[in-house]
Amino acid sequence: MTEEQNPAAIRAEAIESLLIEKGLITAAAIDEVVERYNERIGPLNGARVVARAWRDATFKRALLSDATAAVAPFEFEGGQTEKLVVVENTPKVHNVVVCTLCSCYPWAMLGLPPRWYKDPAYRSRIVREPRRVLAEFGMQLEPDVEVRVWDSSAEVRYLVLPQAPDDATRVSEEELVARVTRDAMIGVERVA
Amino acid sequence: MTQTYELGGAATPPMVNGELVFEAPWQGRAFGIARGLAERGVYAWDDFRAALIEQIGAFDRGIDAGRLDSAVPTPQFHYYDHFLRALESILIARGVIAQGDLVDRVHAFEGRPEGHDHAHRHEHDHHHHDH
Repeated sequence: MTEEQNPAAIRAEAIESLLIEKGLITAAAIDEVVERYNERIGPLNGARVVARAWRDATFKRALLSDATAAVAPFEFEGGQTEKLVVVENTPKVHNVVVCTLCSCYPWAMLGLPPRWYKDPAYRSRIVREPRRVLAEFGMQLEPDVEVRVWDSSAEVRYLVLPQAPDDATRVSEEELVARVTRDAMIGVERVA
Repeated sequence: MTQTYELGGAATPPMVNGELVFEAPWQGRAFGIARGLAERGVYAWDDFRAALIEQIGAFDRGIDAGRLDSAVPTPQFHYYDHFLRALESILIARGVIAQGDLVDRVHAFEGRPEGHDHAHRHEHDHHHHDH
């Protein structure tokens, strides 16, 4: 069916038109929010933080002890209104992030969450059987690797600091930024 | 609209940081409205989030946990349907818009020529809430 015929599309349009009539919002303001989150706030922000941490031990320590303060100098658009906690992957510990109740996510770092992050299957299964879900994402973890699942909330948003690639200190920070994926910062993928 | 849940499909995304997060334009509009109203102080974002948790929770409770396992297909979950319901519920609960006005406006929009073929369908569109 076309966009115009979709009942949800009609309901959204009806709500929008009523709110505009009441002067509570404008179509341009809605456009601006969508553009901001679709185009300017995204995983590139998180990738810059990760790449910096791989190359700068002092920054990494600061990031792991108080991420909210450590990322403030980046002045990411949209800010980070919730407390940000960065958890570090190591050869013995693998971290993965979920929001079991809805879709809490570090927006300022990663933009808006992917579809699967919001799905009931991911939200429940990553808690009950994280190794199996991670395997479905293509991540086979050794038996001696501890898996930690972090449940995001209204107050705290988690970001995974992936393991640095072997050449992290030999290539440019820009090249590293380009290699850090959104999924790696959620904890369902490795950085190649 | 892509409506099937594919964890496997999501497991191999292209190596780019910037996949489109809205599957249809109305989803982006709904997000823009919800976020924009919070930024303008019409409600606190946490209050919207509470409404969203309520909507999603109702869906989650409808799923028999066992059905999430193995090869049994997961009931279809459409995040932005719940998002839109949450937006409606908080706006009506707060008296920002009247339910009657919304119903009238939906009917008016449905009556437009391009929408004539589904005038009575919207009440049944959320059957996956049934449980």
